[in-house]
Amino acid sequence: MNPLALTIMLLAQITIACFTIYFFFKVLRSPGKEEGDFPPGP
Amino acid sequence: MSTNNQQWGSRIGLILAMAGNAVGLGNFLRFPVQAVQNGGGAFIIPYLVCFLLMGIPLLLIEWSMGRFGGRFGNHCTPYILDTMAKGRLWKYFGVFGIFTNIAVAAYYCYIESWTMSYVFHSIGGTFTGKSQAEVAGFFNDYVDIGVSTTGIPYEAVIFYIVCLTLNTWILSRGLAGVEKVAKIGMPLLILFAVGLAIKGLTLGTSGATLEHPTASAIDGLNFLWTPQFDSLTNPKVWLAAAGQIFFTLSVGMGTIHCYAAYMRSKQDIALNGVAAGFMNEFVEVVLGASIVIPIAAGYLGIAWVQENAGFGMAFQTMPYLFQQWGPTLSVIAGVFWFGLLFFAGITSSLAMGTPWMGFMRDEFMWSQKKGAISFGIIVLILGMPTVLFYNYGVFDEYDYWAGTVSLVVFALLETILFSWIFGINKGWKEINLGADIKLPSILKYIIKWVTPTMLLFVFIGSVITPKGNDWAGAFSKLGSGEGWALDNSSLIKQLGNAGIKEEIATIQNPATIPALQQEADAIKTAMDAEADVKEKAKYQVKLEKKLGSIKTMSDPAHLNILNKKLTYIPFARFMLLGLFLGIAALVYVAYTIRVKQGRNTP
Repeated sequence: MNPLALTIMLLAQITIACFTIYFFFKVLRSPGKEEGDFPPGP
Repeated sequence: MSTNNQQWGSRIGLILAMAGNAVGLGNFLRFPVQAVQNGGGAFIIPYLVCFLLMGIPLLLIEWSMGRFGGRFGNHCTPYILDTMAKGRLWKYFGVFGIFTNIAVAAYYCYIESWTMSYVFHSIGGTFTGKSQAEVAGFFNDYVDIGVSTTGIPYEAVIFYIVCLTLNTWILSRGLAGVEKVAKIGMPLLILFAVGLAIKGLTLGTSGATLEHPTASAIDGLNFLWTPQFDSLTNPKVWLAAAGQIFFTLSVGMGTIHCYAAYMRSKQDIALNGVAAGFMNEFVEVVLGASIVIPIAAGYLGIAWVQENAGFGMAFQTMPYLFQQWGPTLSVIAGVFWFGLLFFAGITSSLAMGTPWMGFMRDEFMWSQKKGAISFGIIVLILGMPTVLFYNYGVFDEYDYWAGTVSLVVFALLETILFSWIFGINKGWKEINLGADIKLPSILKYIIKWVTPTMLLFVFIGSVITPKGNDWAGAFSKLGSGEGWALDNSSLIKQLGNAGIKEEIATIQNPATIPALQQEADAIKTAMDAEADVKEKAKYQVKLEKKLGSIKTMSDPAHLNILNKKLTYIPFARFMLLGLFLGIAALVYVAYTIRVKQGRNTP
């Protein structure tokens, strides 16, 4: 694969993947807002 | 007050449902095609800029508007907007938030039913041994109600009704049903997509055959990611990037407001909104870009992709490509591909049912079951013409007015309301209420100034799209006094069906076919003279396309379809207008009831 295309692809995909994982972990680690904190649906 | 006391069962369920609402077929089909057509690797720059300046702000606006409205017992845009602004008009602008969902669901459930049907056909081996043309022909026969592909009469209608019934049944179980589907569907979708993306990224040149000797998945990836930096100065590329961000996040529909209205009053929206947005981007940029283009280039060659990249590839090409993987793997790949499209579709179509149900429950005390069944019936009535008259433009007309124009108009209106009428200071406070992350304060100014400006550009860009989408050329012609030539895809020309009329005139012109034949001959001559195999393959694809269009233009049935389109398109518009006015009338009735009960909003 051409090096410039490969660099851009990896840069874009890794950046987005990292942010997604970061925000998702942040959601999971936020205190007091997990399953038990929510009333069950009707 | 409203008896609508549902809430989300868990935070993860809410984020998955929001992400599922955003992740749709466009993540896998629209994004790679847009990137290929707009600068390759350089497209990612305007794309990410638009995500940060328009996508994230719109997500925050819609999440906070929804949560704000939910605090006052409003779970649907007409009265969410009404709660935020003085004046009687805003609730009628909020009609877009129900109208768009019902109208889009009408044709979106049809696409969803194709994916459901194609899962069964993949398992049943319908595509085994079929050539590429036969697989494409299968799809054309499938959507032609008069032809039975499997011996089952009206198969497309049956699958559509089954799909709609499934949606209605899940919706009748309320938010709990939606959340359960998101919790199962989203991980499965990602799993299926990862499986196919690995194949796409590792295919290399193993798919090359005698028929397509230059086929290479690497060419596909190079084509998708090699940047053409000069494209960054082209307004067309920026408008395409803004449009892609807009449609991929499902903003401007009213579904995000509705989902957010069921949150607790101080529950975080900043982190939830950003997390759901990034999840959509992950599916689009990481997974969506690694499947269709590399796999198609890996078997058919890059020249074929350049000429044919589009939405139709999902159903007309992919089943043929999967056949190249052998009998067992082709079944697995078919189930993965159409399964992931099905989950992408159903998590979005379920979201489209909730605003109507929320509205009817808030205003008329309808039960979940009654709301879901009435949604199913309305969608069936509105959607049946897209099934029966698919080839006559009804489907495309719904997609254009409800799935494109309405979104931009509503997003522009809600951004103005949020930033300028409700007030950015109050709005910013609302966004940050209960936030689990600290948002940079520059976002406040972006929401107030940049986002509405960008939306305005997108809207104006769609109204006055210049001929050939050539903005630089159009401005220079305008400067030299030659006027502004509109493209047939512009809203103004669409209103007059200019594209169809032009095509009819071209077909009826006796000079058209000889001219096309001459062009085909010229391509063939150039192809015969070309020594380079890759260049020869490009000419071959161009020649096939040209001969295909000569065949279509010479077919009297095609002219007949175009003439019928001129009849069916006004009918589709009449249906959409009827729906909008019907919902507006219901909003008015709800208003009079509120006044009588003394619970009218400010």
